[in-house]
Amino acid sequence: MSALLKISGLTVRVDGKKILNGLSLEIGTGEVHAIMGPNGSGKSTLSKVLAGDPRYTIESGSVTYEGKDLLAMTPEDRSLAGLFLAYQYPVEIPGVNNASFLRMAYNARQKSRNLDEVDPYEFEMLLKERARLVQVPEEYFHRAVNHGLSGGEKKKNEMLQMALLEPRFAVLDETDSGLDIDALKIVAAGINRLRGPEKSILMITHYQRLLNYIEPDRVHVLAGGRIVKSGDKQLALELEARGYDWVLAEAAVADLNAASGRS
Amino acid sequence: MSEETLNRIIDQDYKYGFKTDIASGWTIRGLSEDTVRQISQKKNEPEWMLEARLKAYRHWLTMTEPHWANVTYPPIDYQSIIYYSEPKQAKVSPQSLDEVDPELRRTFEKLGIPLTEQKRLTGVAVDAIFDSVSVATTYKGKLKEAGVIFCSFSEAVQEHPELVRKYMGSVVPYTDNFYAALNAAVFTDGSFVFVPKGTVCPMELSSYFRINTESSGQFERTLIVCEEGASVSYLEGCTAPKFDTNQLHAAVVELIALRDADIKYSTVQNWYAGDPVTGRGGIYNFVTKRGKCLGERSRISWTQVETGSAITWKYPSCILIGDGSSGEFYSVALTNHFQQADTGTKMIHIGKNTRSRIISKGISAGSSINNYRGLVQIGSGAVGARNFTQCDSLLIGPRARANTYPYTDVRNKDSQLEHEASTSKISEDQLLYFRQRGIPADQAMGAILNGFCKDVFRELPGEFAVEATQLLGLKLEGSVG
Repeated sequence: MSALLKISGLTVRVDGKKILNGLSLEIGTGEVHAIMGPNGSGKSTLSKVLAGDPRYTIESGSVTYEGKDLLAMTPEDRSLAGLFLAYQYPVEIPGVNNASFLRMAYNARQKSRNLDEVDPYEFEMLLKERARLVQVPEEYFHRAVNHGLSGGEKKKNEMLQMALLEPRFAVLDETDSGLDIDALKIVAAGINRLRGPEKSILMITHYQRLLNYIEPDRVHVLAGGRIVKSGDKQLALELEARGYDWVLAEAAVADLNAASGRS
Repeated sequence: MSEETLNRIIDQDYKYGFKTDIASGWTIRGLSEDTVRQISQKKNEPEWMLEARLKAYRHWLTMTEPHWANVTYPPIDYQSIIYYSEPKQAKVSPQSLDEVDPELRRTFEKLGIPLTEQKRLTGVAVDAIFDSVSVATTYKGKLKEAGVIFCSFSEAVQEHPELVRKYMGSVVPYTDNFYAALNAAVFTDGSFVFVPKGTVCPMELSSYFRINTESSGQFERTLIVCEEGASVSYLEGCTAPKFDTNQLHAAVVELIALRDADIKYSTVQNWYAGDPVTGRGGIYNFVTKRGKCLGERSRISWTQVETGSAITWKYPSCILIGDGSSGEFYSVALTNHFQQADTGTKMIHIGKNTRSRIISKGISAGSSINNYRGLVQIGSGAVGARNFTQCDSLLIGPRARANTYPYTDVRNKDSQLEHEASTSKISEDQLLYFRQRGIPADQAMGAILNGFCKDVFRELPGEFAVEATQLLGLKLEGSVG
């Protein structure tokens, strides 16, 4: 299967500090990958770089998406090409109604595909249907975007957006953080309903518990700005039981061997 | 880097900055008693008007320029200003719209203000003022049938001297402040509106002010009177060419509402704001606007969308004398680059059960400074008075500043005041959030601004609400994406 997303040797700096250091990763169409790692390992940086946040400087490496140079695309073009980032901390937009925000996003897609834009009435019908899919109450529609919502409500709102925009590739950045177990089950069920043979997902998480509900095809450990170990879902269970230290130690030994091999 | 993105979004060119190539027929530069006499003579004014001008001029000489507003500018040289400038036309005073000079007609056409009665903007009568003179007023005939007088101020002095003498200066006396005194001495033109008892003005009235000549000052004088039970909705627009020098627009606008009368006064101000990079040039908009709710249950409502001018110094106010009268002030003030604004309102409650409502939305971008200054004064006799004030500020970028100076003065125990205020910021994170959902930054900015301003925009007359929304978008939108 050809890769939907291919990251090669990605090195990224923020405020002069190297956060990603030669990261490589391939995600195939229809696959669900999980990236785990200790705090400060660069997990969120990866999600921001994929979304096109201009505050991150790409030093070297490449990212191709559907065979195209993702790093050369604007954030909005990435979105229109089907890349969706579910934010760890969704941004509040006071004064802008959620339904009209979502309609703008939906119509931007329609426009990019040369399809007719939908009017507010038609859109409300569509939104109701999608909201049911991810169990988001309709009262969310007419509130300001994320403004005054609790952490859990914001995460649900992200899922509503994902359900509406039907991304080909979704990056879920710590979607499980801040959710109680009931909310986690609802959100996970929603994500599972949005899976499909043409859709890929990259889950970024600190804990294994999300993976109990959304089963990954591959699990990667990110440390020191690169992937230090990959495996199947068993790896996640092992990390849960043993922590990260053993993986980091393994990686350090491998580095040393590589260094002495070269000399 | 985030600042750079924001700057790209908020930069745009001023599209009204062209200058009309028309010769000035006659100008007066410098200020003296002789200047005042010449203006009066030029307008063929009656003796009483000249006397009133001279009295104001002599009083102005005793006054000093006020500096309490939170704005800075070099001293104004009142001797270098052109106090009167009229465009040279084939016909000195055109009697019909057809006789208006084609160059002037094209200028207003280009500004989106056709001086015809058939085209667009049907249902809106327009008084077009170019430098110091009114060049055309549309739909005068149709309005006259309804009993409504809508003409230039100069014409009103000739045709309706009794009304002008009765009401002019009754709300803003020449002693009121430095610029009001200067205006009373050298005012040139503006609009005059009189709606008689029980009449609902059948169409929107509108004045369009254009300053064309470099170094010229524009001293607008507008007077609107609504008799018992009458009502009118009036809108003014303003633009000017780009010059490196500053120009002074010192207007006085007076509104008078008798019993049960209703005046709605809206402004979309888009004077040239000065060079975005150097801050040079732009209009000094030093304006005194005040309305008097004389009669019971009368109502005056000010709505302003202030987007232009290098400096804005303006406090449209209401004096609520009639019992049960009400005053409203809805304002969006946007400053960008090096613009400075000190604007707000005064609500003076005198009558019983008077009401006032203030909704102020300030948006500051670039290196601009945006001040809200407002006074709510409730007199000892104004029992049962109520005021609601809401002042919100929105900052764009790291160098923009916003200040709020609310003053209250309450002299009885049976009144209610409410004050709400907030300050927020458009962040790069917000724009990125929109963009991550496929929405371009320009559209994102527009959505945020509209959300912020909607309580004010909904007060504007129908088609102007759309215009204001677009104008705000233009002022802050750029070449992103």
